[in-house]
Amino acid sequence: MNSIPATTVVSDRLARNVQRNIRERAIESILFGAALVSVLTTLGIVWVLVSESLNFFEHVPFSDFLTDTMWTPLFSEPRYGILPLLMGTITTSLVALVVAIPLGTVIAAYLSEFASARVREIVKPFLELLGGIPTIVYGYFALTVVTPVLQAIYPDLPGFSMLSAGLVMGIAIVPYISSLTEDAMRAVPMSLREGAYGMGSTRFQTAIRVVIPAALSGVLSAYILGISRAVGETMIVAVAAGMQPNFTMDPTEPAQTISAYIVQVALGDLPHGSIGYQSIFAAGLSLMLMTLLFNILGHVIRRRYREAY
Amino acid sequence: MSTTEQNLPVKAFTRDFNFYYGSFHALKSINLPVIEKHVTALIGPSGCGKSTLLRSFNRMHDLYPGNRYQGEIVLNPDNTNILDTRVDPIEVRMRVGMVFQKPNPFPKSIYENVAYGLRVRGEKSRSMLDDKIEDALRGASLWNEVKDRLNQPATALSGGQQQRLCIARCLATDPELLLFDEPTSALDPIATANIEELVTQLRDRVTILIVTHNMQQAARVSHYTAYMYLGEVVEYGITDEVFLRPKKKETEDYITGRFG
Ligand SMILES: Nc1ncnc2c1ncn2[C@@H]1O[C@H](COP(=O)(O)OP(=O)(O)O)[C@@H](O)[C@H]1O
Ligand SMILES: [Mg+2]
Repeated sequence: MNSIPATTVVSDRLARNVQRNIRERAIESILFGAALVSVLTTLGIVWVLVSESLNFFEHVPFSDFLTDTMWTPLFSEPRYGILPLLMGTITTSLVALVVAIPLGTVIAAYLSEFASARVREIVKPFLELLGGIPTIVYGYFALTVVTPVLQAIYPDLPGFSMLSAGLVMGIAIVPYISSLTEDAMRAVPMSLREGAYGMGSTRFQTAIRVVIPAALSGVLSAYILGISRAVGETMIVAVAAGMQPNFTMDPTEPAQTISAYIVQVALGDLPHGSIGYQSIFAAGLSLMLMTLLFNILGHVIRRRYREAY
Repeated sequence: MSTTEQNLPVKAFTRDFNFYYGSFHALKSINLPVIEKHVTALIGPSGCGKSTLLRSFNRMHDLYPGNRYQGEIVLNPDNTNILDTRVDPIEVRMRVGMVFQKPNPFPKSIYENVAYGLRVRGEKSRSMLDDKIEDALRGASLWNEVKDRLNQPATALSGGQQQRLCIARCLATDPELLLFDEPTSALDPIATANIEELVTQLRDRVTILIVTHNMQQAARVSHYTAYMYLGEVVEYGITDEVFLRPKKKETEDYITGRFG
């Protein structure tokens, strides 16, 4: 008599277990699927870039690509040296970082260590807004506002320049750097700050000598992300730096970056399937490798400087 | 300079001192002397206000909004009320060092941790720094363990060593008063014994105010003890007297373990 209800209870429980297992499995596979999409997308992009680049390198020697100082895919005798585009990318990025890193760090230190809760509540939405402005708007801001202002100071500055584009790109990157740097600084435990204040430090000394060193891995990661952004940034440089590849690192000159070149071709200046068209894949691959390099660097830095509080 | 009945110099004292966390009245009318070159212990159950009182002596509460001091905390020999709004808390902290519950070395080398206070005070001479750092590390009984690795990160030290480093960090700037907030509560028994030994050595050199939840510790290291309960100092006196012949029933209950 007793055994019959007991088995039903057990089988009941079993049934519920099975149901739960199925549900868990389903959720797990959905999550796995989501992760898979991003992995497959990345692999797909790499596949396209690499295979199309291989095609390109069948016609253009790899050594020319790396050493030629001219990038003239539209000429009747085209030359494909990545160096001018690379220099454009590096120069605009450097100008941007010279603006963004100090400004972003100072803003982060101010918000994390000095500002009252009230001020922070007012300033942070503005920074988020700044980060949300479409880069094309920044591009035209550079072209129509910043360039004329710079020309008033320095009349020889051409209408398109890496300086103007770089400065504005720097402003555009500030919110990324400041918000990540601030997060890293706020994650520093209060006990360290109390230690510093307890020794008679001013706020400034506490921020510079204790909080930033303690947050170093996060701060450097923020910088690396800023660098990646600068290197990959497209619209601002496409609009304000000019569209002429230029073998120079002089920021007062116009130049084209790798990303701007890709835009130019994508807009239809070169016929599909031509070698010139395929050159964007080689350029894109170079860009991706650069960004990858910075990501790896960021990873190494994070491990190297991670602090155990 | 003010003195007690036994004519001992008073390094600091509170007069009708009250403290508020926002609207919460955490310390009530505290009158407590801290005798110079002696150890004063603050004991009492958790939450009675020991840390709150200790952290008033270097105005640590200034770091957080909404905190309010009322009354006086006077620092001698200059008879300065450190709660006076005209007094810069940084000046106060230059004179009063603090060692925390959990060791909090800075993310720097051992050397730079001890040099920190000197650098903040503008000391640049390397030979002067070297001398003072060795002195401070010896004073904290840490020199022999770290003299060959002064440039290694402080976070690589054991918990007990880190705490002694934090003590050395304070000693380097010759504080007049040293505050300890349960300095051994995060340490193992051997490290605890080392710190207690150190406090005993330091009492000839600097005035010490120490919070401890461990009554044996208070009995071992202190000359004077204040028993606190619910934000008030219930009883204050020579440690032996407080432990052997408490005047108040509450003190006796706490000391004999009959408390809650
Ligand atoms: N930051 C704070 N804000 C509000 N109340 C606090 C704060 N810190 C401590 N308190 C309260 O003040 C009282 C005393 O705390 P504390 O001084 O830390 O006690 P003790 O060190 O003796 O354990 C406790 O009731 C505690 O809850
Ligand atoms: Mg406490």
